[in-house]
Amino acid sequence: MRTLIIAEHNGKLLNPAVQKAVTAAQFWQAPIDLLVAGGNDAIIQAAASINGISRVLHANAAHLAHPLAEDVANLILSIASDYQVILAAHSSFSRNILPRVSALLDVAMISDALAIQENNTYIRSGFTGSIHNVIQSTDHVQVLTVHSSRFAAASLGNNAEVINIDAPAPFTKTRWVSETHNLSDRPALSSAKIVVSGGRSLGSAEKFEEVLAPLATKLGAALGATRAAVDAGYAPNDIQVGQTGVVVAPELYIAVGVSGAVQHTYGMKDSKIVVAINQDPDAPIFQIADYGLVSDLFEAIPALTAAIKQPLQ
Amino acid sequence: MKILVAVKRVVDYNIKVRVKPDGSNVDIDGVKMGVNPFDENAIEEALRLKEQGKATEVVAVSFGTQVNQDVLRHALAMGVDRAILVESAEKLQSLAVAKLIKTVVEREQPDLIILGKQSIDDDAGQMGQMLAGLLNYPQATFASSINLEGKVATVTREVDGGTETLALDLPAVITADLRLNEPRFVKLPNLMMARKKPIETINADTLGIEHEPRLKLLKVSEPPARKAGIRVSSVEELLTKLRGEEGINL
Ligand SMILES: Cc1cc2nc3c(=O)[nH]c(=O)nc-3n(C[C@H](O)[C@H](O)[C@H](O)COP(=O)(O)OP(=O)(O)OC[C@H]3O[C@@H](n4cnc5c(N)ncnc54)[C@H](O)[C@@H]3O)c2cc1C
Ligand SMILES: Nc1ncnc2c1ncn2[C@@H]1O[C@H](COP(=O)(O)O)[C@@H](O)[C@H]1O
Repeated sequence: MRTLIIAEHNGKLLNPAVQKAVTAAQFWQAPIDLLVAGGNDAIIQAAASINGISRVLHANAAHLAHPLAEDVANLILSIASDYQVILAAHSSFSRNILPRVSALLDVAMISDALAIQENNTYIRSGFTGSIHNVIQSTDHVQVLTVHSSRFAAASLGNNAEVINIDAPAPFTKTRWVSETHNLSDRPALSSAKIVVSGGRSLGSAEKFEEVLAPLATKLGAALGATRAAVDAGYAPNDIQVGQTGVVVAPELYIAVGVSGAVQHTYGMKDSKIVVAINQDPDAPIFQIADYGLVSDLFEAIPALTAAIKQPLQ
Repeated sequence: MKILVAVKRVVDYNIKVRVKPDGSNVDIDGVKMGVNPFDENAIEEALRLKEQGKATEVVAVSFGTQVNQDVLRHALAMGVDRAILVESAEKLQSLAVAKLIKTVVEREQPDLIILGKQSIDDDAGQMGQMLAGLLNYPQATFASSINLEGKVATVTREVDGGTETLALDLPAVITADLRLNEPRFVKLPNLMMARKKPIETINADTLGIEHEPRLKLLKVSEPPARKAGIRVSSVEELLTKLRGEEGINL
């Protein structure tokens, strides 16, 4: 039996989290195939270069240019009988598709596994990360997504075989209409080494930019935000960190005027070092911060920005 | 045009749950319960579509035990027309609930089914996609806007790094994100009135659906806490620590 990984890409580049999914998949010690739906040559090459995989299965068809959950699920189902394990890195892409697959295979799905253990046993979080559950699947096929920050990235250098496979007929009842991307010169939030996040306390979109952007620029950091800041219109929704946003695990996370609600900390508590700057000494964020500074952010952040020596490379 | 919404009963999102001393599960005895937050968005959206004249009936369904009456009453108080409780003594897991909702869909024949994008106790985020798959219906998850014109729903979804807009031929399944709308507050008189409305109860065992749990819960624990940090008294001290102790070149 084999293991299948669903490879996420954006039409131009392979998502780096695929390398983490490969490490997770190696647990089963079975040959690993990467399935790429749509995508260009660069994506296929990048996929084939990941060490530890045996083959890249590439399905190309006009209707896979903007892959729909319905079409990718049907594609996976068309080859599923060869696989005992079907997995992907947890993201809005994979969580859209894999539950559909698992229901049609009549097996339970394990979402966002933190760790994989013997005998189809997994650790995953519940109640917004406040508890850990050890669960065991009794199904014959394992369908799961994995929490990327818990798995190391597989190295590159492979030259795996690429096999073209047929895509089933398009699911015509759903049609792709359009998409928007929030373009930014900053590093991608989910893979940035440093993240500077701001909360409601910034007070306006102008202040959010004026206070946090110079610090982020000097640090080469990505900007993040709380839901309260996003809902107030201070920051775009795609930079929301937390349960209903992005999960990040940078080397350094600087939380600025963030209270530390569990829905927010769910998205950043795997960060290596957490710095919190908040004027309330009792703010819950200090309970998970390595370094806490009780201060008015409107004084502390400009001072911090000025004190940083040179822009990081 | 009928809309079906699913309403799950969960521990209130403000409450930090405790693990039972024997690690068998969380202890939710006497804890405040309520409607799963994303399901409130689903109910609200269905009600708005009705108020815009685009839907004629909104039906709410919940799966669990008789205690789930309270979340269905909340949905009735918000304004749904009817409520159904599918009762099961056994704890229902995602796949089982998806199969059970499917039988309710077959009976009720809604044109649109709106669920929450995820439940905040299991954090699964699976049901809508599973149901759409079982029904072979179009799906749009994590919806932040829904526009109904005739037999087509145009849905904007929140995805990593931006948004995506899809057109779905009805009947279809949509899952609600928090930004879809701001759920209305329930007024006390409405809650009183909702107490008097009937809730239809269906015993899950009569639906002919296998609903055994597929996942065994072996152990529940508190996650390892981050190591206790320190307070610094100034920006200078913060930088000194980050540079010296953490070796970050700032
Ligand atoms: C189902 C659900 C899902 C959610 N998902 C998310 C999610 O994904 N991400 C998320 O972030 N939230 C999420 N939330 C919301 C979450 O519960 C909190 O409401 C939110 O994170 C709070 O944002 P905040 O810290 O910016 O605001 P607040 O809680 O209002 O905190 C503001 C903080 O700023 C401090 N402050 C004020 N002025 C200053 C100053 N001048 N200098 C320094 N400090 C100052 C205050 O002391 C306070 O601690 C969700 C909620 C629900 C119900
Ligand atoms: N027991 C239940 N009763 C009613 N609705 C449910 C139940 N379980 C899940 N749902 C619905 O499915 C959505 C997603 O749940 P989940 O897949 O468990 O995260 C929830 O937001 C609800 O709308």
